[in-house]
Amino acid sequence: MIGGLFIYNHKGEVLISRVYRDDIGRNAVDAFRVNVIHARQQVRSPVTNFARTSFFHVKRSNIWLAAVTKQNVNAAMVFEFLYKMCDVMTAYFSKISEENIKNNFVLIYELLDEILDFGYPQNSETGALKTFITQQGIKSQHHTKEEQSQITSQVTGQIGWRREGIKYRRNELFLDVLESVNLLMSPQGQVLSAHVSGRVVMKSYLSGMPECKFGMNDKIVIDKQGKGGTTDDSGKSELGGSGKQSIAIDDCTFHQCVRLSKFDSERSISFIPPDGEYELMRYRTTKDIILPFRVIPLVREVGRTKLEVKVVIKSNFKPSLLAQKIEVRIPTPLNTSGVQVICMKGKAKYKASENAIVWKIKRMAGMKESQISAEIELLPTNDKKKWARPPISMNFEVPFAPSGLKVRYLKVFEPKLNYSDHDVIKWVRYIGRSGIYETRC
Amino acid sequence: MPAVSKGDGMRGLAVFISDIRNCKSKEAEIKRINKELANIRSKFKGDKALDGYSKKKYVCKLLFIFLLGHDIDFGHMEAVNLLSSNKYTEKQIGYLFISVLVNSNSELIRLINNAIKNDLSSRNPTFMCLALHCIANVGSREMAEAFAGEIPRILVAGDTMDSVKQSAALCLLRLYKTSPDLVLMGEWTSRVVHLLNDQHMGVVTAAISLITCLSQKNPDEFKTCVSLAVSRLSRIVSSASTDLQDYTYYFVPAPWLSCKLLRLLQCYPPPEDGAVKGRLVECLETILNKAQEPPKSKKVQHSNAKNAILFEAISLIIHYDSEPNLLVRACNQLGQFLQHRETNLRYLALESMCTLASSEFSHEAVKTHIETVINALKTERDVSVRQRAADLLYAMCDRSNAKQIVAEMLSYLETADYSIREEMVLKVAILAEKYAVDYSWYVDTILNLIRIAGDYVSEEVWYRVIQIVINRDDVQGYAAKTVFEALQAPACHENMVKVGGYILGEFGNLIAGDPRSSPLVQFNLLHSKFHLCSVPTRALLLSAYIKFINLFPETKSTIQEVLRSDSQIRNSDVELQQRAVEYLKLSSIASTDVLATVLEEMPPFPERESSILAKLKKKKGPGAVSVNELEEGKREGGELNGGGERGDNSAISTPSPSADLLGLRTGPPVTAAAPSAGSLLVDVFSEADLEPPTESSDSLLAEGPGDSDATPGCPCMFVCLTHTHTLLSLALRFVCKNNGVLFENQLLQIGIKSEYRQNLGRMYLFYGNKTSVQFITFTTTLNVQSKPVEPLIEGGAQVQQVINIECLTDFSDAPLLNIKFRYGGALQNLTLKLPVTINKFFQPTEMASHDFFQRWKQLSLPQQEAQKIFKANHAMDTEVLKAKLLGLGMALLENVDPNPENFVCAGVIQTKAQQVGSLLRLEPNAQAQMYRLTVRSSKDTVSKRLCELLAEQF
Repeated sequence: MIGGLFIYNHKGEVLISRVYRDDIGRNAVDAFRVNVIHARQQVRSPVTNFARTSFFHVKRSNIWLAAVTKQNVNAAMVFEFLYKMCDVMTAYFSKISEENIKNNFVLIYELLDEILDFGYPQNSETGALKTFITQQGIKSQHHTKEEQSQITSQVTGQIGWRREGIKYRRNELFLDVLESVNLLMSPQGQVLSAHVSGRVVMKSYLSGMPECKFGMNDKIVIDKQGKGGTTDDSGKSELGGSGKQSIAIDDCTFHQCVRLSKFDSERSISFIPPDGEYELMRYRTTKDIILPFRVIPLVREVGRTKLEVKVVIKSNFKPSLLAQKIEVRIPTPLNTSGVQVICMKGKAKYKASENAIVWKIKRMAGMKESQISAEIELLPTNDKKKWARPPISMNFEVPFAPSGLKVRYLKVFEPKLNYSDHDVIKWVRYIGRSGIYETRC
Repeated sequence: MPAVSKGDGMRGLAVFISDIRNCKSKEAEIKRINKELANIRSKFKGDKALDGYSKKKYVCKLLFIFLLGHDIDFGHMEAVNLLSSNKYTEKQIGYLFISVLVNSNSELIRLINNAIKNDLSSRNPTFMCLALHCIANVGSREMAEAFAGEIPRILVAGDTMDSVKQSAALCLLRLYKTSPDLVLMGEWTSRVVHLLNDQHMGVVTAAISLITCLSQKNPDEFKTCVSLAVSRLSRIVSSASTDLQDYTYYFVPAPWLSCKLLRLLQCYPPPEDGAVKGRLVECLETILNKAQEPPKSKKVQHSNAKNAILFEAISLIIHYDSEPNLLVRACNQLGQFLQHRETNLRYLALESMCTLASSEFSHEAVKTHIETVINALKTERDVSVRQRAADLLYAMCDRSNAKQIVAEMLSYLETADYSIREEMVLKVAILAEKYAVDYSWYVDTILNLIRIAGDYVSEEVWYRVIQIVINRDDVQGYAAKTVFEALQAPACHENMVKVGGYILGEFGNLIAGDPRSSPLVQFNLLHSKFHLCSVPTRALLLSAYIKFINLFPETKSTIQEVLRSDSQIRNSDVELQQRAVEYLKLSSIASTDVLATVLEEMPPFPERESSILAKLKKKKGPGAVSVNELEEGKREGGELNGGGERGDNSAISTPSPSADLLGLRTGPPVTAAAPSAGSLLVDVFSEADLEPPTESSDSLLAEGPGDSDATPGCPCMFVCLTHTHTLLSLALRFVCKNNGVLFENQLLQIGIKSEYRQNLGRMYLFYGNKTSVQFITFTTTLNVQSKPVEPLIEGGAQVQQVINIECLTDFSDAPLLNIKFRYGGALQNLTLKLPVTINKFFQPTEMASHDFFQRWKQLSLPQQEAQKIFKANHAMDTEVLKAKLLGLGMALLENVDPNPENFVCAGVIQTKAQQVGSLLRLEPNAQAQMYRLTVRSSKDTVSKRLCELLAEQF
């Protein structure tokens, strides 16, 4: 189990230090600072071992979060916890920065006391935490004894993530499908590896203790229904290029509110949602991914001192949709001494500090193409090493799900209160972003 | 770039450095550096020429980036350009960049060398110094090639400035150290020596470092420096502290120079010229006198400098080892330091005293400090000083104070640091043995040693005590009594049980008369320890029990009872079980006469160098102390075992078969000490067996295919008579022995056992499967004759095969063995040479001296003789050589060759067709580490083959 948790600033100074177990001494703090933060070589592994002690760290901007243990713990659990910790802190004081951590350090200790007990992670549901850990901006609404006892029963009860007696005048529900698409493509346009990792994030403002049921075009479900004879026309695609009916999900994880037994037996996702914002599920797909952009590179070396680069990007989705925040990053050799760029659309610039040409386009519709050409001057070096030609990477945002996932329904039942599924206002939004989207050149 | 405040530093560089320092993270730093590199690249790329200042600035930035740990792959050309600048700062930065960044394979090296040459030939001393420093800093072979001829010229030229001379001397020293073959001695060497007379002290200091290094390699060429050094030294020593101005350091005149002079003198023997010697002795006396004067300053630097000279002088005195007066004074001086406040001084004093103790003149003087040293051992806080004190005690020990020192070391052992305990134990054991006048004292000491530090007592120590007890009749009774008493302690160390078991088994009868130690009491005492011991000790105890049956028939029933118990006779350990069964049968079947013969008392052990001493030597590197020990060992060696025992040699050389058979055949004491020639052989070859088997098997495999191309027409015929698989390879190490592991890898181990008689031989091959998986389709093929074999070897199993061999005529190629099998899915294929060599069929022939030489002369045709001169591969140990020659199969003839160092052997090779007489002569030359081997035999091919085989063995 987690023996202790430390938060450092970029200099390696300890901002927060919370030790849960006796086997972690004060020197563990220094060991991490010396061997990881101040290491001569950059430490890339998120897990490091010194003197029979394991350190798991994540870095948020300039802040290091490190969990320390002497036992053989489940590393995935520790990281899940660290990320959850980041989420909780973000929910309390927005950005995680040195300044914010220093200002909220009493709060952070209080949170750490609550969400880790003797090194075992406890309830880390932001909504629930906010009901009883209240500091600064978050005003406490519960002062009466009755309300306090309600908190206790909620936190210790079966449905720890939702309290009783929530009431809204307008029952409203927001559903976001957020996906990031990762790609590695050969110069000839062959897909070497591609996968989508997606999240379904929900914001619910519903009264009472509603029972929800979420449906999407999961291949297994659709096939089962297809066998049963019912055809579902709503499965037809309105997005993206392909009109495929269903998607194969490689693996998925759910929020604790989802009834896993029901998912296992019927593959239906039913749950009592927490109040406010939360992540309903995470999933990953690798088959039939819609690649929103195609990058076609052309690199020509002219003698030892010159390099000509031409890159064409093609958008590959419905013309009515608009991609945003497009950025293409073309790496330049380490001995670049000067760059001239010409591009039709957007702005391009050589960034010496990053050894790359960065080309930015604000908006681009589907089924279009655009190109950039650059002349790179090189300084002859006495190093015989050839340039490694790192891949061209790309960033963008598109308003559909590259995996092809579609929400079929989200039904809400609240038998005790008198509102039905039709009375709930539902919003669905798809956002596809680039993860690591690279093309070799 | 617009000129910014030229002259006072480089602002751009300062800004860049402060930017880097202000970076909050590594990423930010890398970004800033990338930006700067791009900027510098665009500047260097630009067609317009940069002025010197900007070039210098950018090169500086590159250097800084490089020192931050980033790769720099450009800018070298610009740096080289800077070398030709006329400004000092620009030149300096250029040289700096080059000495840090340019590696030898660069094509720029020609340009750089050119620039350096220009600077060296310029008359500007600062430029010359810069160039010399660059050469020394790079110090590569290329640099040495280019400038090794030039620098000596600069060094001895009359018009060279002093500062340049200093740099040149040090630069030459550096080049000499990296590539001594390129610095050629010439007429300049004699002139370098005269630099010792230079006016400028700096030049002298630099030159003396060079001379010291050079004279270590070529002492004769620099002989003249001794008198110059002595006169220089005497001038410094006799000068007042103010005479040397800049070179006086805290009131000590030129301490570094003095130390170096003294060190130079240590390269040479004492000067023969009386005047020079007198002057030198005077100097040394002055230095010793000065040490007595009250310090001129309380500063630590003053005393450090003074003591540095003093210690250097003392090591010179020790080096000369010819002035009793000085040696004693040095010793007294060191004695004062023994109680000094400074830990370092105490350490150094003890260290120097260790070397002083070995000098015959000062040994007595050192001994007077014994109390202080013992005190240091007890009270010193620093462990390294305690270690030195222990070393010194060991070095100063002799017959007169041995008892005291050993007692002190023993008492110290109880509290000694773990790191030095083992060494201490060895030392105590050696001293106790070396200086024992009274053997009961020796036995007491060693038993005490085992009691106090049993874990650190190595096998050798207790083997030794048993050897000594067995060889000395007079202590046997006492030893038995003492071990009996020692064993009565409730918890005693296993080594003690071993010693006790052995000694009581041999000499228990000597104390059986006392009712307190009656046979049954003795047995019960030993048996009470039995269950706490490891298997080898239990095996030893079982042997002791059977000896008890012989010594005291009244214990027979009790002991048989014990042997018969399930825990013995059904012991899971094969060794113990076998002993129990055999001893039980032996005791119940054999008559008392047979028992008495079989279980006879162990014969005395042969005299050998103490194995403990060898162990200590191995433990410590070749240092001053161990050299000492070697000498001491020679001087005093064998004193203990000397005495009257030498006459027993005849008894020693005849092995007592009964003892070998039943005594302790696999017990450790016998392997260490059994007197038969056979076990000596084991001893000798055990070293060879330590070679990593994989390595040798690799080379075998590599050899395999090539050999298989050779003609298979081996003139010797092999007949496979039995059913299982065959064969092995010829490893050279099997020339002189018949048994061992022929081949081993992760899968398969092949063992070999062979016996030869006249022209017949029988070879047993053992194929062991080391894996847990069975080998399938296992086949072996002999290139002479092959036979299908049973195709399975179960995992972990071993299969045996016997080959009968008959030698038809002489041969030089060994038969090849090919092994094929499937392991898992993969087909394994091995080709090995069988270790059958012509010498296996030797019949030893004893002959007298004149017979030998007569036959030697008969075989005088040139083709009958084969001779080889070769370098020794192993240590030239007479015993080892003898054992190897015996293993060869010839008779080793004593007292034949007029030179006792040489070995001569005679034998007849028995083949079916004919008999080939062979004579052999091996002449070792210990100085050159060479051997000359001559073989004469009646058949020329045999001589040649024997010569080839043997040349690899020594």
